[in-house]
Amino acid sequence: MAAATGATRSGHEPWNDPAAEAYVRIVGVSKSFGDFTAVDDVSLEIYKGEFFALLGPSGCGKTTLLRMLAGFEQPDRGRILLDAEDMVSVPPYQRPVNMMFQSYALFPHMSVEQNIAFGLRQERLPKLEIQKQVKDMLELVQLGGFAKRKPHQLSGGQRQRVALARSLVKRPKMLLLDEPLGALDKKLREQTQFELMNIQDELGITFVIVTHDQEEAMTVSSRIAVMDHGRIAQVATPAEIYEYPSSRYVAEFIGDVNLFEGRVERIDPGPMEISCAEAGCRIQVHHGPDTRVGHKVWVAIRPEKLQVSLEPPADTRVNCLSGEVWDIGYLGNLSIYHVHLETGLKVTTAQANSTRLVERPITWQDRVFLTWALETAVVLTA
Amino acid sequence: MSEHEGTPVAYVSGRAATPGSLAGLHARAMLFPPYRRAVGLGERLGVTGRGLLIALPYLWLLLFFLLPFLIVLKISFSEARIAIPPYAPLLQYLEDSYLQLTVNFENYRLLLEDSLYWRSYLSSVQIAGTSTLLALLIGYPIAYGMARAPREWRLTLLMGVILPFWTSFLIRVYAWIGILKKEGLLNLLLLKLGLIQEPLTILNTDVAVYIGIVYSYLPFMVLPLYANLEKMDDSLLEAAADLGCRPLKAFWVITVPLSLPGIIAGCFLVFIPAVGEFVIPDLLGGSETLMIGKTLWAEFFNNRDWPLSSAVAVVLLLFLVLPIVLFQRLQARSG
Amino acid sequence: MRKGLSWFNILSLVLGFGLLYLPIVLLVIFSFNESRLVTVWAGFSTKWYGELLKNQALLDAAWVTLRVAAVSSTLATILGVVAGLAMARFGRFRGRTLFSGMIYAPLVMPEVITGLSLLLTFVALSVNRGFVTVTLAHVTFSMCYVAVVVQSRLVSFDRAIEEAAMDLGCPPARTFFYITLPVIMPAVVSGWLLAFTLSLDDLVIASFTTGPGATTLPMKIYSQVRLGVTPEINAISTILIGIVAVGVVVASLLSKRQELRRRADERLAAAAP
Repeated sequence: MAAATGATRSGHEPWNDPAAEAYVRIVGVSKSFGDFTAVDDVSLEIYKGEFFALLGPSGCGKTTLLRMLAGFEQPDRGRILLDAEDMVSVPPYQRPVNMMFQSYALFPHMSVEQNIAFGLRQERLPKLEIQKQVKDMLELVQLGGFAKRKPHQLSGGQRQRVALARSLVKRPKMLLLDEPLGALDKKLREQTQFELMNIQDELGITFVIVTHDQEEAMTVSSRIAVMDHGRIAQVATPAEIYEYPSSRYVAEFIGDVNLFEGRVERIDPGPMEISCAEAGCRIQVHHGPDTRVGHKVWVAIRPEKLQVSLEPPADTRVNCLSGEVWDIGYLGNLSIYHVHLETGLKVTTAQANSTRLVERPITWQDRVFLTWALETAVVLTA
Repeated sequence: MSEHEGTPVAYVSGRAATPGSLAGLHARAMLFPPYRRAVGLGERLGVTGRGLLIALPYLWLLLFFLLPFLIVLKISFSEARIAIPPYAPLLQYLEDSYLQLTVNFENYRLLLEDSLYWRSYLSSVQIAGTSTLLALLIGYPIAYGMARAPREWRLTLLMGVILPFWTSFLIRVYAWIGILKKEGLLNLLLLKLGLIQEPLTILNTDVAVYIGIVYSYLPFMVLPLYANLEKMDDSLLEAAADLGCRPLKAFWVITVPLSLPGIIAGCFLVFIPAVGEFVIPDLLGGSETLMIGKTLWAEFFNNRDWPLSSAVAVVLLLFLVLPIVLFQRLQARSG
Repeated sequence: MRKGLSWFNILSLVLGFGLLYLPIVLLVIFSFNESRLVTVWAGFSTKWYGELLKNQALLDAAWVTLRVAAVSSTLATILGVVAGLAMARFGRFRGRTLFSGMIYAPLVMPEVITGLSLLLTFVALSVNRGFVTVTLAHVTFSMCYVAVVVQSRLVSFDRAIEEAAMDLGCPPARTFFYITLPVIMPAVVSGWLLAFTLSLDDLVIASFTTGPGATTLPMKIYSQVRLGVTPEINAISTILIGIVAVGVVVASLLSKRQELRRRADERLAAAAP
């Protein structure tokens, strides 16, 4: 597996440390609604202080899983352990877990102050203590002067910060965020993503975020669990998921990818060789997965890993695609070349526009050759 | 409930606990097996917090809504007596502690034989039905106009319809007496305008009853229609116009079918109570005006025949069971 | 529907509202009539209001009616809120169909049937008829109206804020009182008002279920109307109409003001980042 991938700021990667104890353990949890299986035998381990993301399309079960962590749904089977205590029979108002809702769910008849103080009042803390903590929290989310306002007097971004403050003020062991940034526009979303990461870092609380936006998951999280129809497809750091997806589903879900179907021709001695009719060449990799000769595999190459050139490489039969530039998408910072291979397959390659447009040598209907560094191709068996 | 190993953790210690509250107490008590078993047993029997809460209105309605119907049914099988209460008891204890049940079908026989009753039923249904139709014909344009009015006016218009609705029913019916009677305002106006030579007799006829029912129940027709029409999507009519459909046709082909739920709700809200209406036929109708509500009242208060009134009520209820059940289904579906 | 008013729309609105208000307006006008007739205007006079104040029986009946209305509407609101909560929130519980039937049926049931059945029940239970029985009868049908109002409000209620409250440590019962109830309070209040008006206005059920010493105002008015139409009735009608009109106008003004303030707040908030 991969070495330290530099996924976290602190460099602390407990999931790679065999001695570390998981803070949150989800063991064999399943949940069905009638005929529909929302969550199917899911097991996860989340470590203290992680910013963990549950990523997947709508209907994949991520929100159901989150609600089970919060206590609003009961799993049909399985256990949920938080800090070694079994949570399943504990109602939501007694769990040391707080949730930030997608719609923010601020109490409309209470002021910002009262909203934030609500959780503390349930604990019967002394009034002065509550006031102090609410004030500190307002400072943290930069809403100092808004204490007396009511929710309908706030903008979307401000309401979101109140919701965050309200859910953090009780210093829960785990904070759950249900698509928190969905309602914000792009600029605000990016800004808030970094604010969230800073707050999480400062307070050291374990965050679990549910999102369908892969960019968001990649930006904020320490690890991502990609879900598909109620099951976990892969759990890894963003870099690992992007560079080393474990299946075609994950490879296709995150970012763009070119997939080639092929057959394993040779494994020993290395490099592994795969015959690929779709690509029109033989593909060689140094480190392949555990498989046998003759098995069907898929080779995944990210667009930005493909080098495009008008000049053919030394050996066009191995690790080389050739075709005609069929379309070019100019995105300002990138140019996406859609290449029609001789085999009929269409691939995309993305090149940074490091030179001005007029100086770009490749244009429509040019015959081009695509190559890649050997270790940037990933062979998938699923 | 899922199967778990390990000790059941019913509450969480530390900052997250809810000290001192009932829920916290209950949660701590749940750690003790005897308490937990008792609660489990209670849950199976329906004695939960929720169960006890529902019991309040449930028992009330059982006692004051359902039970009364059963009693009416029971008394309809009894026979009138000069006594207090003015009917013979159904169940009687005889000397050797036998229970004698006397079921008397006399009342129902009377209902079938005496034409007064079945004519009253039919007349009630007919009057109520016609009034419902008239209310629909008058109410629909009003509701439609309200729905198309500019935004700022709508609240005022809505208040305008609600105000008569909140005003006393009796008073509004009473007002029509002054208008419809022989020397009333309507006749005065018509005579003055020269449209008639002799004052019309409207009061104490069926016509007055129609006017009374339509007028009194108009808000009940307008409000559901308005609620439905107001929410209707503009773009449907715009699409129709775009596809070449003339406005009048679009109204019949699009607006009316889509407003059907509102129409149905309004009709139910007018028809069902109108069938058993008493005040309007009594104050505005004549002696030939046969409505079952009036007949029942007369039977009860004037003839002091409680069993017969009960039988009348039972039959009326049977008539209305179907519409009432339909109404309830409608509400349940939309709720 | 925002298309704008055609001449047909305007005509139907004018005629419709004219029809609705004509009897009411005539009633009010003739309460100020000098003569005893309610159809021939003889000059302006407030003497009938004076007569009203001297009519002890009428005033007593009004007082009884107010007390019955106040007590029954409050009880009906409490029961109705619980019933509405059960219908909207408790899902499929045992006996729900029957419960639902008992809630919706009284809304359309002819009053003669309800009145008769309740009277026979009170007699069967040997309960003396009077203030208590009228109140009980009113509670019974009013509570169904309140339940329907509350239920429809709860159905469109954002449950996320209840979940948020529970998530923050608030047990379900406390959540209802601190979160749900305050937010649905306008619906509860309108339910109370509806129950109050229904009780105030009821003639048929009161006639069946009342007893000596508890004659209600509608009963009194009805018996006087049977004897003959007098301007005194117009006078008391005008007073009742006035009270309702003031109430409705105040309510709509308040709600309009609230709406304007809310919109101003939202505009202010949207301007800020």
